[in-house]
Amino acid sequence: MAVRNLNSAPAVIELEQVNKWFGQFHVLTDINLLVKQSEKIVICGPSGSGKSTLIRCINRLEEHQAGTIAVRVDGQRIELTNDVKNIEAIRKEVGMVFQSFNLFPHLTILDNLTLAPIWVKKMPKKEAEAIAMSLLERVRIPEQALKYPGQLSGGQQQRVAIARALCMRPQIMLFDEPTSALDPEMVKEVLDVMIELANEGMTMLVVTHEMGFARSVADRVIFMDFGEIVEQAPPAEFFANPRNERTRLFLSQILHH
Amino acid sequence: MSQATEAGQVAPARLPPTVDTGAIAWLRKNLFSSVGNSLTTIVLAGLLVWLAVWFIDWALLKATFQAESGQACVGTGGACWALINDKLRLIFFGSFPYEEQWRPLLAILAMIAMLVLSCDRRMWNWRLAIVWAIGSFVTFLLMFGQIHIPVTLIFVVALLAGAGGYLLRRATAPDMERIAWIVLMALGALYLVLRVAGVIRGAAIPVAPFEYVETGLWGGLPVTMILATYGLAAAFPYGILLALGRRSNLPLIRALCVGFIELIRGVPLISLLIMASFLLPLFLPPGVSFDKFLRAQVAVILFAGAYIAEVVRGGLQSLPKGQFEAADAMGLNYAQKTAFIVLPQALRVVIPPLINTFIGFFKDTTLVLVIGIFDFLNTANAALVDPKWAGFPGEVYLFAAFVYFCFCYSMSRYSKYLERELNKGTQR
Ligand SMILES: Nc1ncnc2c1ncn2[C@@H]1O[C@H](COP(=O)(O)OP(=O)(O)OP(=O)(O)O)[C@@H](O)[C@H]1O
Ligand SMILES: [Mg+2]
Repeated sequence: MAVRNLNSAPAVIELEQVNKWFGQFHVLTDINLLVKQSEKIVICGPSGSGKSTLIRCINRLEEHQAGTIAVRVDGQRIELTNDVKNIEAIRKEVGMVFQSFNLFPHLTILDNLTLAPIWVKKMPKKEAEAIAMSLLERVRIPEQALKYPGQLSGGQQQRVAIARALCMRPQIMLFDEPTSALDPEMVKEVLDVMIELANEGMTMLVVTHEMGFARSVADRVIFMDFGEIVEQAPPAEFFANPRNERTRLFLSQILHH
Repeated sequence: MSQATEAGQVAPARLPPTVDTGAIAWLRKNLFSSVGNSLTTIVLAGLLVWLAVWFIDWALLKATFQAESGQACVGTGGACWALINDKLRLIFFGSFPYEEQWRPLLAILAMIAMLVLSCDRRMWNWRLAIVWAIGSFVTFLLMFGQIHIPVTLIFVVALLAGAGGYLLRRATAPDMERIAWIVLMALGALYLVLRVAGVIRGAAIPVAPFEYVETGLWGGLPVTMILATYGLAAAFPYGILLALGRRSNLPLIRALCVGFIELIRGVPLISLLIMASFLLPLFLPPGVSFDKFLRAQVAVILFAGAYIAEVVRGGLQSLPKGQFEAADAMGLNYAQKTAFIVLPQALRVVIPPLINTFIGFFKDTTLVLVIGIFDFLNTANAALVDPKWAGFPGEVYLFAAFVYFCFCYSMSRYSKYLERELNKGTQR
């Protein structure tokens, strides 16, 4: 694991005492988290522990009710409030990849990629298409550009989804269980793309149960349970000697079955 | 065919079992597969043949095609098409001045051309606006005979077109085109400001090649087609807005849309037409009056809009949540998300019920009779009044039904085609 000096890097995401409820149900409890530039964080935890909710709060797919969430955009700290301007500014900087791909089935792959750059970033169409094609090459499916999502395999669709998010040139990428909906033989092709992305210095928050990925890529692994961050540590330490009882239980469940 | 394979030998490739594909085989499989089945086939086929023979005999062999009056048809045992022949122009054009009836005929053709062109998916862009602008202008010029185009309207269109063009194309267009849109918009705005300030007086450009015919004299097929075409063309976008409003996050808008939809759906079209015709004028300030035809048109639009809204809502609800989330996460705003992601998918899903609604409304326009407008069915009815031709309502209604069927069946086929066309490639 390469030693990166993250201490000197500026924080790009700040969560301070974030709380969220779904009705009476307390999903997130006092979440504090600082994410440095280029840092890769893997978030794991049992089903229903609030992992998705946590990362979805960062780009306002979910609204938090207490605490502050701030993202650094172009060197400026922007706080998530109800101000639509702020939300839009943050969404431009934060790409997201979903478990179920969520490609737009009525648009070709190329149109899926160029839609946001053209309309949100007001990029000329030619330029957007050039960027889209170079990204499709990076995720190794340029030949599928004119097909529709329904004609691609799951692994290919997820790589398109990654390329689509990258097309906006985001500083931060959020991944919500990107490989959970994939057949085993397709997991690797998606993880490879993510590893490449990590090596290029992207700031990444990844919810996943792929512990191999966590070990080799993450700077920090976070374990969540019942809406709380129970434990966080660099992967070596996290896997070798987890301090919390719940973490140990969780690791024993997912590592040996 | 098959042979036992010896050890070590590769089994020879086998052909699939032969399937009889001839006509005889099809008949045997589908119509005569069992005794009961065969019996049903024979009885039904016999019935059909008998009906067909009877109909051909009545409608063609024994029919009268040319006659001076209904007297000639009595006792022939055949259809009296001579009646249709004699009253054709009344049925199609109603009380439109007789010598001028080539105008509604051309208007019908212009509308059909406009509708056929609109069916082509490749036209679904700026071309559609041009087709409808020209088609509508020609149609109404022929029907009215004279149109006075207010100069203000031209500049309003310029303003809207400029603004629309700029908003839609600013991301992708070259500089020259962007400037052109802005200039167009500025011209429109400038005129309107001067007009409102009173610097420029209102004026109209008269286009008056023919004799003026007021809407009260319109009748027959053009009336049905205009009410249905413009009723649905306006109700469609309006219904979409209602459906979107019903799902809005803003409680006031939501309540307004729900209230409107429920109110309109809760009353019969007839009562709405009567209200538009007799009650609306009471509420208008004295001196202001709306054309009766226009009032009927507005009532049809309001009514159809509410139904279309509910159909579209079904499509909106069928979209997976992930589609909205993906669009949000990419930073698309509400209008972009709706225009590029939500509506294209939602409308695709609701093509069959949507066309179903359209077909229903095409026929429902005939209710305008209650406020004294003569649409196609009602002019057909009027043809029966002539004592010279008394006693042959069947022929007239059959003919009217046939014309309605042609329109409705075309819509039905188009719905099928559109579904197939839009799902090409997307195989979901
Ligand atoms: N929109 C919602 N309304 C109400 N409750 C919700 C909603 N979304 C999630 N929840 C609940 O919040 C809790 C946390 O959900 P979340 O999706 O964040 O869990 P997760 O850690 O991502 O789980 P998984 O591993 O299954 O994806 C769950 O108990 C879930 O039932
Ligand atoms: Mg989840």
